[in-house]
Amino acid sequence: MPGIREPGTVIDGYVLEEKIHRGSMAEIWRVHRGDPPALYVMKIPSFRDTDDPASIVGFEVEQMILPTLSGVHVPRFIGAGDWSVQPYIVMEHIRGASLRSRLDEAPLDPGEVASIGARLAAALHDLHNQHVIHLDVKPSNVMFREDGAAVLIDFGVSRHDRLPDLLAEQFRLPIGTGPYISPEQIGQIRNDPRSDIFSLGVLLYYLATGERPFGNPTSVRGLRQRLYRDPVPPRARNPRCPPWLQEVILRCLEIAPADRYQTAAHLAFQLQHPDQIALTVRAGRMSRDSFLTVLKRRFRLIGEEPDLRRSADDHISRAPIVAVALDLDQGSEALAEALFTAVRRVLQTEPGARLACLTVRKTPRLAMETTLDAEGRSLRMRLLVELQHWARPLGLGVGRITHHVLEGPDPAAEILDFAGSNHVDHIVIGSRGSSTLRRYLGSVSSQVVAQALCTVTVIKSRMPEENTVGVPATDGRPRYPGLFS
Amino acid sequence: MRIALLTDIHANIEALMACLEHADRAGAGRCVFLGDLVGYGADPGPVVDVVRSLVERGGVAVLGNHDQAILYGASSQMNPEAAAVVEWTRSRLSPGQLDFLRALPLAVEEAGRLYVHANAWAPDRWEYIVSPFDAGRSMRATRCRITSCGHMHTPALYHLAGDGRACAFTPVPGAAIPLLPARRWLVIPGSVGQSRDGNPAACYALLDDATDALVYYRVPYDLEVPLAKIQAAGLPLSFNVRLGAGR
Repeated sequence: MPGIREPGTVIDGYVLEEKIHRGSMAEIWRVHRGDPPALYVMKIPSFRDTDDPASIVGFEVEQMILPTLSGVHVPRFIGAGDWSVQPYIVMEHIRGASLRSRLDEAPLDPGEVASIGARLAAALHDLHNQHVIHLDVKPSNVMFREDGAAVLIDFGVSRHDRLPDLLAEQFRLPIGTGPYISPEQIGQIRNDPRSDIFSLGVLLYYLATGERPFGNPTSVRGLRQRLYRDPVPPRARNPRCPPWLQEVILRCLEIAPADRYQTAAHLAFQLQHPDQIALTVRAGRMSRDSFLTVLKRRFRLIGEEPDLRRSADDHISRAPIVAVALDLDQGSEALAEALFTAVRRVLQTEPGARLACLTVRKTPRLAMETTLDAEGRSLRMRLLVELQHWARPLGLGVGRITHHVLEGPDPAAEILDFAGSNHVDHIVIGSRGSSTLRRYLGSVSSQVVAQALCTVTVIKSRMPEENTVGVPATDGRPRYPGLFS
Repeated sequence: MRIALLTDIHANIEALMACLEHADRAGAGRCVFLGDLVGYGADPGPVVDVVRSLVERGGVAVLGNHDQAILYGASSQMNPEAAAVVEWTRSRLSPGQLDFLRALPLAVEEAGRLYVHANAWAPDRWEYIVSPFDAGRSMRATRCRITSCGHMHTPALYHLAGDGRACAFTPVPGAAIPLLPARRWLVIPGSVGQSRDGNPAACYALLDDATDALVYYRVPYDLEVPLAKIQAAGLPLSFNVRLGAGR
């Protein structure tokens, strides 16, 4: 490597300011360039340990993946150095410290654990949507922007669905970080986005209890224990950890990926709505599984074959979040029925989908600064009961359905806001005919269609409506305006 | 500049034109033809003319085993169906078109890139690259960092790391792959005129010579036209089946 690097050294116009981190793989410098100087971060691989090709390949992987990523949850890629002269990657400088700086404060308040988890899950969902699995989620690889958004850093062991996986092809040992690595990564499976959900579970476990669920093993043998040994339930370590948080953490830490949350969006959704988390036997557990259960699990491991065809894409598309927006007003029964049929169809074709049932309680635009009055509360409860009643025949199991009464002056805005902040993939909404009045004012559904960032299905019921005035039906019978509207 | 890598056209003018139109829209500035312009299909003359005009405009073309067979007779390695087409194809080419084929080199090197039909270790023996082992052998046999070849009709990408291990990757159409500078790469775009991976759409790839970003493409075209021409020309019917099923 040419030259000695010290503060003030200039590389391709970037002035080195301060070495922020010195790891086995790379040095990380804060640098500036331009006038007025803009701050960046420069990652320079350390190739001194030439017996460790992983550091070189890890750097190549990051150089390949980072430029493909965009959005607030990753550092922006700025540039890369000429490989034959001085390899480096320059990226956006994220202010603030990594999540690692908070570890000493653990156990944190459950609300804060949920907030960190929800933001991190949202970042992972964004990453998975860009075909990338991080595979090294841990506190030192998580930062937060000033607005609170989580930023994932260090893509040196990540996997991009559509690019060659340089690491899998070259190394025959588990790649990840001991305390956080998922069971399947120990088996060298690198194509399952649910591995990131496991690692996030380890992180949340630590934040909620102040202890690591699987310790800090350094041998492959030690790592393999998590393939059959369940962790001590968080509530047994910290009684202040609420059952819903234990439910979430233990579900993230399930040994089989199929038993975890299927997408990071599901996890983010749950953490944003703790009151809607369906508690299972996980929530009440106060001790680890019995010796016999663990023994059976170990026995089953023998001869198991991994599925190598999965990808980040598959999971997100197989486990979408579907939101149905219902209007529970009088006279909407036919539409509610049509919506029911449509939603059932969607759920049949997407067995991994989960459903959020929404309705909006419209509030006056100029509401006084008052809390919910008694009348409002009872209306809210009534709407919630009606939502549950509507959805019951769908027969969705625990954890696949939630119910939400949104409140605001503009129903479309409320639905859109919910869909955006909860990573909804598909909105199903009803449209009530196309009367002249609606055409002028614009209906809720058309506003949702126009502004939603996801797929929207608009459902109409087959009942004749007021716009059919004077138009004879095709069967020759006259229609009677007003009779059905 | 973006370079379109096109190979194994096999006298399928419809597939070639579909790829060229696609490459034009994608901003290609130059074409490299990796051999086997003719053989199997019913339009050897038009294909040679199109390739010749693009080579005259700064493109590159190398010789393939089917092109060689037209000039010097079918080899014993060639499958009997392909050999049957050799005589027919020769009768369809003008002296000028045959001269163009005769002048094609076996390999071309430019700016750290090698263009060759089959492999780098023995371009005139037409041995196939079917595994990372073969790919490694080829990548080690050249000083070029990027090799692009045809002969294999299925799109593939191989790379060779510093420690000498060659790895294979199945490319996803439309996704840009940066050919990182620290390793060697072997690019097989897949066949334009005779795809054989179950997907009948034509294959080609675009390489940006400034950024080394590589994109594989699949281009659909109307298969009925070349199939009807093959039938009308009385060429072996098994080509019809193969082209239609993309295998």
